[in-house]
Amino acid sequence: MNLLWLAFTIVGVLTGVLLSAKAVDPNMMLHGMMFTLASILSAFALIARHYRNASAPSLASENGSVNYNTEILKAGVIASAFWGIAGFAVGLVIALQLAFPALNFDLPWTNFGRLRPLHTSAVIFAFGGNILIMTSFHVVQRTCRARLAGDIAPWFVFWGYQLFIVLAATGYLLGVTQSKEYAEPEWYVDIWLTLVWVVYLLVFLATLWRRQEKHIYVANWFYLAFIVTIAMLHVVNNLSVPVSFAGVKSYSLFAGVQSALTQWWYGHNAVGFFLTAGFLGIMYYYIPKRVNRPVYSYRLSIIHFWSLIFLYIWAGPHHLHYTALPDWAQTLGMTFSVMLWMPSWGGMINGLMTLSGAWDKLRTDPVVRFLVTSVAFYGMSTFEGPLMSIKAVNALSHYTDWTIGHVHSGALGWVAYISFGALYFMVPVLWKRKSLYSDALVNLHFWISTVGILLYITAMWVSGILQGLMWRAYDAFGFLEYSFSETVEAMHPFYVIRALGGLLFLIGALIMIYNLWRTARGDVREKEAGKLVPNLEYAGAR
Amino acid sequence: MDYHDVSAFAQSYGLLYLFGLFIAVLIYALWPKNKEKFDKAAQIPLEED
Repeated sequence: MNLLWLAFTIVGVLTGVLLSAKAVDPNMMLHGMMFTLASILSAFALIARHYRNASAPSLASENGSVNYNTEILKAGVIASAFWGIAGFAVGLVIALQLAFPALNFDLPWTNFGRLRPLHTSAVIFAFGGNILIMTSFHVVQRTCRARLAGDIAPWFVFWGYQLFIVLAATGYLLGVTQSKEYAEPEWYVDIWLTLVWVVYLLVFLATLWRRQEKHIYVANWFYLAFIVTIAMLHVVNNLSVPVSFAGVKSYSLFAGVQSALTQWWYGHNAVGFFLTAGFLGIMYYYIPKRVNRPVYSYRLSIIHFWSLIFLYIWAGPHHLHYTALPDWAQTLGMTFSVMLWMPSWGGMINGLMTLSGAWDKLRTDPVVRFLVTSVAFYGMSTFEGPLMSIKAVNALSHYTDWTIGHVHSGALGWVAYISFGALYFMVPVLWKRKSLYSDALVNLHFWISTVGILLYITAMWVSGILQGLMWRAYDAFGFLEYSFSETVEAMHPFYVIRALGGLLFLIGALIMIYNLWRTARGDVREKEAGKLVPNLEYAGAR
Repeated sequence: MDYHDVSAFAQSYGLLYLFGLFIAVLIYALWPKNKEKFDKAAQIPLEED
């Protein structure tokens, strides 16, 4: 098996050298070299691994329990933390650029247009993606009571995904983009991600296949839906024809309104299946685990799952209200978005009610506070979303900062908070520590970032509605009341407040990194010794 | 097969098919006999190994 992977690295080196040597533009030359370098490093890693341990790891450990693959999870924790900080920091930079345009520095590589996709991809795909891959590998192993399938395949998924991030990010800075929101990477990076994603799906399925539990736990359904749907969306939306085989530029297979609809079918389902279904997988495992109670209603979780799957896929057209898209398609998108209230609130109730009888944990365990607040934000932002998809509301909200505020209440409040909760849970479990380094720091992180989120979303609500109202204001003669630059000027104070919110969120995340690092080292904050919330798995293992 | 055929199919059989599937899911989830199985499944994350 090792030899096969080694053969792949040789193919990788050859492909990289060929692309680099035959490149028709400097960006492809650079990316070819990076691909070659990555292939050479993997070959070295494979050979070193061969001489270090000749035999594949056993499925069960000596005492008969399952020998879980935790090394890959530790790498996932580190990668998530790293990309999280990078993504939040770039977000702060572009928030400051909007408030103070001089910070664009008049350089192509640092202007807002290139840094904005760097921020969105870093937080969604690099931070969120690593969290999802890491937690899915943990949850599928634990709930199936089986070691992760494959020896090298999971590492290919991990490092292949990091290479995808690096290729995409360096491409953005150099101006390589196919200009599709959340699908900016060019054709060759898309092909690479497809390869990585197929291996991810196979690893996940093979682990399910060797499960010792008869029933597949519901969190795995959500993860599987996330993996399969993202594969479908990614492949269809990125269908394109490269101009040359050694150049970065390609043209999409779709044009006009078909292109727009395909893009938002992709874009909205990236929200639905990446940022929702995947993170619901986290909710259905980590909340029961942390509060030590089964999910409130397993039946509701089944209905939640299937209604989410049936409805989400149709909601994309609400991004194209009052465009060239046929009216009936717009109405269809709106209707399905409003129906999404049902599974969203069903899921929220299921997550929150899991705490019934254990609500005191909200007071005593700051990690539970992160998890519960994230579910509350899930409920709030999925209430706001359908509201904004209603055409009359959308006429006011579309193209304004209200959309940005909405996205961030979901991204910061729901996605990031449930990820922080999962990270705080995972580090003591993976590094086998009795507790976190400090619960007080978790609490501090919670309050600093919550104030940050509130500053962010309230600033964007006010600025968005102000912007929308200014755009549609007419004077007594039927002329537009305000010029566009007047509306931009009116935004300035809110952009400063938003940047401040982002700064607080970043500071909170840095506090988390420090806390997790000390936890992994095995330190305990002296003042809190004896009072920390114990890691139940550690207590159970003894 | 043109656009109208596809949309007529989607608006009739397609709708019935998806709606039928959803009804089947509801019956499966709420069937009284399945309760015990689901209660057991809900315990999967909490069982120590």
